[in-house]
Amino acid sequence: MTDSFSVAGKEFNSRLIVGTGKYKDFEETKLAVEASGAEIVTVAVRRVNIASPGEPMLVDYLDPKKYTFLPNTAGCFTGDDAVRTLRLAREAGGWDLVKLEVLGDQKTLYPNMPETVEAAKTLIKEGFQVMVYCADDPIQAKVLEDIGCCAIMPLGAPIGSGLGIQNPVGIRIIVEQANVPVLVDAGVGTASEAAQAMELGCDAVLMNTAIAEAKDPIRMARAMNHAVQAGRDAYLSGRMPKKLYADPSSPLAGLI
Amino acid sequence: MINVTINGDPHSLDQELCLVDLLEKFDIEHDKVAIEHNLEIVPKTTFANVMVGDGDNLEIVHFIGGG
Repeated sequence: MTDSFSVAGKEFNSRLIVGTGKYKDFEETKLAVEASGAEIVTVAVRRVNIASPGEPMLVDYLDPKKYTFLPNTAGCFTGDDAVRTLRLAREAGGWDLVKLEVLGDQKTLYPNMPETVEAAKTLIKEGFQVMVYCADDPIQAKVLEDIGCCAIMPLGAPIGSGLGIQNPVGIRIIVEQANVPVLVDAGVGTASEAAQAMELGCDAVLMNTAIAEAKDPIRMARAMNHAVQAGRDAYLSGRMPKKLYADPSSPLAGLI
Repeated sequence: MINVTINGDPHSLDQELCLVDLLEKFDIEHDKVAIEHNLEIVPKTTFANVMVGDGDNLEIVHFIGGG
């Protein structure tokens, strides 16, 4: 039974996208990504350290031919910086599929939505396929879809907070109205919360810190892999209705 | 002698040189990076044709771990 996830015309079997930051070293990054089963990994674009050439690079551990690299704009606080970063990313990697995030505040890392919308318009005009980090606001999510973003990625909670999904109603409304994939991006802290995102009907989940800052990141990566699959299956199965009172599981007929 | 800014830091170079030679000088594999030259993205295929001159500003970036 195949249940693939399609974004920007590409099919993926895994519904878990993982970040590659905050790991102890590249070896741990590689093992955690493998255990997660992810086929898409997010990466950041940064200056090369001219002073120490020959340092190991991420691409030496994660093969861009094996994984789809999704360059992000983490750390960008203006739309112009984000666009500039992704133009460089496209030249470095040769991919049009990108993750746009324009941050509005250092403390919360909440997205600046007006800047995000403007940057998305520019990028789409230039031929980028934009997966967009956004607020859990159905109105803004619709705006982003209407201008042509290929995936809508509302935050579950602040980036790196591990608080879990704070606004499940908002996420569910975004899922119901969207005609493009919806991913919970940021805020998931543990496996049950990843499953919850999938049970809300999200197409996939994107996370970094929940895996990288677990005591055993590789085992947590495996847990997230299972949780996303379990949540997806639960969603597709259609859960039983909630009832106020008990309903015995064993038949009453034939009681001694 | 020419003075250029690379990734925000000043550098002195003996002479003008193309981006391929510049990357070689700094021991950087050109297939793993992207370059912005005076705020313009340089297509990889043209690294050999773009000359770095006095006062130029370069950003050389690559992919690192990130969320």
